[in-house]
Amino acid sequence: MNTDKMVSDLVSQARSAVEKKSSSKDQALPVIRIRPSRGWVSLKPRELWEYRELLYFFVWKDIKVRYKQTILGGSWAVIQPFFTMVVFSLFFGKLAKVPSDGIPYPIFSYAALVPWSFFANGLNQGSNSLVGNSNLITKVYFPRMAMPIASVLAGIVDFVLAFAVLLGMIFYFGIVPTINIVWLPLLLMLSFITALGVSLWLSALYVQFHDIRHIVPFLTQIWLFATPIAYPSSLLGEPWRTLYGANPMVGVVEGFRWALLDTNTAPGPMIIVSSLVAIALLFSGAFYFRRMEKTFADVV
Amino acid sequence: MSDIVIRVENLSKQYRIGASQKNRNFREAIKESLKEPFRRAQRLFRGSAPGLSESDQTIWALKDVSFEIRGGDLLGIIGRNGSGKSTLLKVLSRITEPTSGEVQIVGRIRSLLEVGTGFHPELTGRENIYLNGAILGMKKGEIRQKFDEIVAFAEVEKFIDTPIKRYSSGMYLRLAFAVAAHLESEILIVDEVLAVGDARFQRKCLNKMQEVGEQGRTVLFVSHSMPTITRLCKRAILLNEGKLIAEGPAHTIVRTYLSGSDDASAGERIWTNAQQMPGGEVARLCAVRIKTEDGKIANTVAINKSVEVEMEYDVLKPGYVLLPHFQLMNEEGVIVFKALDIDPAWRKRSRPAGHFVSKALIPGNLLQEGLHFVWVALITLEPLIVQFYEPDVVAFQIIESNDGESARGDYTGDISGTVRPLLKWTTVFSPARQPGTN
Repeated sequence: MNTDKMVSDLVSQARSAVEKKSSSKDQALPVIRIRPSRGWVSLKPRELWEYRELLYFFVWKDIKVRYKQTILGGSWAVIQPFFTMVVFSLFFGKLAKVPSDGIPYPIFSYAALVPWSFFANGLNQGSNSLVGNSNLITKVYFPRMAMPIASVLAGIVDFVLAFAVLLGMIFYFGIVPTINIVWLPLLLMLSFITALGVSLWLSALYVQFHDIRHIVPFLTQIWLFATPIAYPSSLLGEPWRTLYGANPMVGVVEGFRWALLDTNTAPGPMIIVSSLVAIALLFSGAFYFRRMEKTFADVV
Repeated sequence: MSDIVIRVENLSKQYRIGASQKNRNFREAIKESLKEPFRRAQRLFRGSAPGLSESDQTIWALKDVSFEIRGGDLLGIIGRNGSGKSTLLKVLSRITEPTSGEVQIVGRIRSLLEVGTGFHPELTGRENIYLNGAILGMKKGEIRQKFDEIVAFAEVEKFIDTPIKRYSSGMYLRLAFAVAAHLESEILIVDEVLAVGDARFQRKCLNKMQEVGEQGRTVLFVSHSMPTITRLCKRAILLNEGKLIAEGPAHTIVRTYLSGSDDASAGERIWTNAQQMPGGEVARLCAVRIKTEDGKIANTVAINKSVEVEMEYDVLKPGYVLLPHFQLMNEEGVIVFKALDIDPAWRKRSRPAGHFVSKALIPGNLLQEGLHFVWVALITLEPLIVQFYEPDVVAFQIIESNDGESARGDYTGDISGTVRPLLKWTTVFSPARQPGTN
């Protein structure tokens, strides 16, 4: 109660100080204008930055809640990509004898599955984020973009766990990572941008069209096979291989292998294509999201 | 503090209703989007409003609403369900965009359209305080600073590290309210969130809000509880079908709202046309009035002053013993009392034809504050026939009075009850026995 009183005194003091200089009033108290927006609207990155604490809390909540009341808890982050790797190794590596750029097949596929899982989970959580949090959207104001961003970001913890296992495997297979490992954060960034770009599109569409719920698992599955996870992109010749980079996850996956496992398939031009497509996805997604944002609370 | 902090100008919000809005499937949407450019071009040539398809059914949830709020005001927003109250709050809290019009808000604005927004059942009380606080717009440092106070207010100290899914519903609500009650902002928007929770805690929250209002903060408050509105708010606006139909002192607006028409708000109702007068073949009702001590017709009476209910009627057929009576009903629909005419002059005495005025004096310091509806009736005793029976003929408001003695004494909080009589209190005192003096 005391602090309340203190703060309110402060506020009224600030107000009376402000009233003396009525010309500078608008600077002291924020002025909000509410009016209908028309057509394409600005991305308002500054407002998003102002709400960074809320974004932090959303991420924190997602991480806290994700493995509550599960027996295996955080190990799920490892189990999923690990067992996919085991299955891939058995069927593609052993039976189908899919080539793996001269690297043991298990680590070849697992190195790709780690960033892929981050992307796929991000995509899944991100596109669900608006509809799944409709109670928040209809009751509180905040830049709606915080929702998909937080959902994708929360996947970082899972990524770190799965990545730790990847490092263990690298040592187990006696591979020495190259100096190219410094590019990893950028590659992770690329996969984050791609996941967010797609999430922005899908989450905004999901509000309107609940078909998205059925599309997402399907899309993830198709995308998994359209990305060189179970097979190397070196199966393709140039210029097809570079064009293959139009799927941004191709750049991410091949980049991971190159940086960690020293595959001799330096994906330079491919990554440039991937980055351009990812950035295009992000911006188009962000603009579409902002344009649709005003309808979310009414439709969701 | 009298600066205008919220200015609403010609605010309108249109909703599309019907199947076309929600959960459209892709096929429809694609079909529509293929047709849409043609339709738009058509409309362009015709010069009608862009943006909406003709086929859409629309409804104006808000239509040309304009008002201003000054700093420190407590504004009540009232109206029936679907009158646009919630839409107005949603537009003001920036949850949804208006279709046209403009709002200008000076100062930080926080809204409370629901308590416990974003509460997660798996998280502990502590974690949820932080999460909910952040969602409501508090900074992390601010939450940390007020944490103990919030926990104390919610009375959940023992369970603060328990997941809230293990909380009782009462604890859950208390925690949610506690966070909300500690929001700090120049402007606060509160929807009907106090309708839940136990009565004692509701009062605690209301008191907290009142305290907050006295600190010079501007509060917009929606409630269906008229006593709450009249007690908390100085001013009120009344919405009906999306339009603002009245604005002014809370008591007046509440009365307008409850009476539903101007008839009952005047404190007097007169039937001039004999055809329309309620009544049977023996007697007909001509007028009903509410009068104050000094004989003036009024619809607002101070709690410690007497009220006179006056009933005017014509007796058409002589020779019957009549029993005029009336009853008062409060806002909750409770019959406060029923009073029968016991005037010895006409008791058990058959009346001649003519014009009668029956008056009943309700003493001051008897009725509870709030709105009272008057029902009047008249029966003949032998045979027992109802001549007229008119509900809600007039209504009057009993208001708190600052001058003179009332049953409130020096207490400033909420006093519940259907009536509030001034009783005679006496105290017997015996001094404490000093130890060692016997």
